Amino acid sequence: METGKRNYYLEIADNAHILSHRLAENCSRGPFLEEDLACTNVALDLIGLAESVYNEIARQSDETISGDDVAYRRDEVDYRNCLLVEQPNNDFAHLMARQFFIDTYHYYLFTELSVSSDTFLSALANKSLKEVTYHLKRSSEWMIRFGNGTDESKDRAQAAINKLWRYTDELFASDNSYSNQIGTGVYPDQDKLKKLWSQKVDEILFLAQLAKPTNKEFQLFGGKSGHHSEHFGHMLSDIQFLPNKYPEATW
Amino acid sequence: MKETLLDDATLLADFETKIEAETKIEPRDWMPEAYRKHLIRQISQHAHSEVIGMQPEGNWITRAPSLRSKKILLAKIQDEGGHGLYLYSAAETLGVSRDQYIQWLHEGKAKYASVFNYPTLNWADIGAIGWLVDGAAITNQVSLQRASYGPYSRAMVRICKEESFHQRQGYEIMWKMMEGTKDQQRMAQDAINRWWWPALMMFGPHDSDSAHTGNAMKWKIKRETNDRLREKFINKTVPQAELIGLKVPDSNLKVSGTDSFGEPTYEHSDIDWEEFWQVVNGNGPCNQQRLEHHIKAHEEGAWVRECASAFLNNSNSLKG
Repeated sequence: METGKRNYYLEIADNAHILSHRLAENCSRGPFLEEDLACTNVALDLIGLAESVYNEIARQSDETISGDDVAYRRDEVDYRNCLLVEQPNNDFAHLMARQFFIDTYHYYLFTELSVSSDTFLSALANKSLKEVTYHLKRSSEWMIRFGNGTDESKDRAQAAINKLWRYTDELFASDNSYSNQIGTGVYPDQDKLKKLWSQKVDEILFLAQLAKPTNKEFQLFGGKSGHHSEHFGHMLSDIQFLPNKYPEATW
Repeated sequence: MKETLLDDATLLADFETKIEAETKIEPRDWMPEAYRKHLIRQISQHAHSEVIGMQPEGNWITRAPSLRSKKILLAKIQDEGGHGLYLYSAAETLGVSRDQYIQWLHEGKAKYASVFNYPTLNWADIGAIGWLVDGAAITNQVSLQRASYGPYSRAMVRICKEESFHQRQGYEIMWKMMEGTKDQQRMAQDAINRWWWPALMMFGPHDSDSAHTGNAMKWKIKRETNDRLREKFINKTVPQAELIGLKVPDSNLKVSGTDSFGEPTYEHSDIDWEEFWQVVNGNGPCNQQRLEHHIKAHEEGAWVRECASAFLNNSNSLKG
């Protein structure tokens, strides 16, 4: 599999895998039972998305490897998810603001990819679009509820937005390995995605009566090139514990 | 309109006729106060068990060793939470709110299945919970599908369908591990060593020591006794253990005869009742931890619930 293509696929898969893991950490910790189950539902959708892409990477690989090998047996520096998805759950406002930012991104990413000339990605996007449309509806509604609920919910939501804002530009960063395929009908134009994303975020924050950060905050990058936050190593030590400790075992 | 006032004796006689005729009792029907109280205790305890049971399994979600196993575990825990929802809904038909049930849980006035007060220490524990704990639960719940209270019995029908999947996935984990490396086999044997007895304890005290069995049987809330269900579970499970090479941790276990289908029945040791009552009374390895976890999540979620109610009120007032 050509490097640029592999990297692009890995970004999609790792974003979904790592965000799913964060949501899975929240299981049995939801604010009420229905919402606990909803988080698990989104985690399941995302892990399913990640699995499809990992399996495809394995299938197109020159080596004989499985999707699980791709998902579990890489060094930290080889994971290409953006920093946003690895940020800790903190509280329900952080969990949901993170979800809102990534759901909006997924919605436009998959809308664009649904007409990609890459047949695997277009099929994946068409399937995932149904799920992420629902995810976006849910997280948007929560943002609006937070902003128009109580003083505390509004403050918490604003704090979460302010804290996570500096991880949002990275969603639209391109790696050199595939940048020549951007806007050619294979991968969507990142500037266009950013514009669509910003419009949607503006709309929801307006309805939520929450303030958009001025974007002068120092934006952080690195996840897509394998340089993660300190949180990530701890996540991987959980994720990789059994495959690392018992490399010969199948489960 | 002609109004008829019935005295309690007549109402009770009608109620007992319905029970006798296997007619389901529905929320709006008259029922003896003791029947209602028994159901409130039993259904809410069952609901809490489903929800608290999410914790020991949740302990391994982040360390599930493959994407498939992680998906299955997530879906299974989600099912358990869903069972909690059905059961809280069934329990609410008795005139008590979910908030009240949760408050009783937090105050220690309501119990949940003691088995969840044991820790999950290795990946095979996830298999053992599905196979043994859900297996024991199904044995009990299959008979509860015929319970006399309509909402409870209907919830049980749905729950049993999912629990049988859970049991099979648990057994699959154990089977795969017993087919695997020495380390995996060791984990699997360690898991059955620790979960066998707590699973047998799930059926409750001997019939002679069970405070609730008498009335519950009479009113057809329970359809089979604790000891009878426990024997059924042992008879079903021992051959499954032997098939994959697991040793049941009971030195006195031996075949005692055959049942009406020609399947073996077993003689076995008695449960350590001292341990049983210690765990029931709050002194198990994880009682405190499980309750604190639930209280913490509930308290940390208070602002979210308040936000949702406030938003709903604001929206309703805007609608005029």
